[in-house]
Amino acid sequence: MHELPVTESILEIALRHAQAAQAARVTDIYLVIGQLASIVDDSVQFYWDMISADTIAAGAQLHFKRIPAEMLCLDCGKGYQPGEGELACPVCGGRHVKVVSGEEFRMEAIEVESAEEVRAREEREQG
Amino acid sequence: MKERVQVVENILSANDRLARENRAHLDRHGVFGLNLMASPGAGKTSLIERTLSSLKDELRVGVVDGDVATNIDADRAAAAGAIAVQINTGGECHLDAVMLHGALEQMNLAELDLLIVENVGNLICPASFALGTHASVLIASVPEGDDKPYKYPAMYRGVEALVVNKIDLQPYVDFDLEYFQAGVEMLNPGLVTFPLSCRTGEGLGAWLEWVRAGLKEVQQE
Repeated sequence: MHELPVTESILEIALRHAQAAQAARVTDIYLVIGQLASIVDDSVQFYWDMISADTIAAGAQLHFKRIPAEMLCLDCGKGYQPGEGELACPVCGGRHVKVVSGEEFRMEAIEVESAEEVRAREEREQG
Repeated sequence: MKERVQVVENILSANDRLARENRAHLDRHGVFGLNLMASPGAGKTSLIERTLSSLKDELRVGVVDGDVATNIDADRAAAAGAIAVQINTGGECHLDAVMLHGALEQMNLAELDLLIVENVGNLICPASFALGTHASVLIASVPEGDDKPYKYPAMYRGVEALVVNKIDLQPYVDFDLEYFQAGVEMLNPGLVTFPLSCRTGEGLGAWLEWVRAGLKEVQQE
């Protein structure tokens, strides 16, 4: 389980980009994670709630976009998702293949609010 | 109104940056760095002992041992003639570039030719964290079973060499070498593979030659 260091990295990147955009609050974080990357969404969310608590990203919503593992058969040109215990091409049985997706592990974007927006929203919320 | 800020950054970019620093540090001193990864019991420490006893008259070898606790592995490496540093990860399941950075600060790289990093025994997490070594080596072993490439694809994707240890046990276990190798070939085409036995010494020669060739390459650059 290495979700804690991963979550710390997510926080560091989000805060750095929020600061560069002179934002007062981070509301949403968009992550793209391939199926081959061994990360458990719930664990990241659990650590996130703890480590983001005293930052401008506290309570931000984490969005996980999962990318399935996709392989391409270089013999017949067919794209496919590998099965359990099998990586070869299901169409022609080819073993001349390559992994084309499923290893993504990046932060795509964040959504932020400026200081005025935070103030305006808080006033609205107070009625 | 929320504003969307494009990021498009690898989540482990901070680790990757520090890994590049580690690499530059090794390169400056002409030290060939190896990151050994495997499940617990595959033979990481045995391969290090074998490598040390074979190369100790020609190369100066340092070993960084990552473990959740205990100094057993570093003690074994030191007994075999290496300058050894133990990193206790305190529960963390892998080594990362920060931990290796700390270990390198405790070593005088000018006194070394080869640095072997023994990662924490684990077939999942270590693959995600670059250390800055020149090559990652996965040690599989025959008794673990032939399905490991299919179950832990990420581990087989990110390595530059594969050692298949304990080949002397092949007559006693169900290990379909062809099925195993087919999986490896599909995940990492052309991966250089060393079938060997740390117990009998069979096949070690080719592995040692590969280590020597890697060092030569680093020292020429």
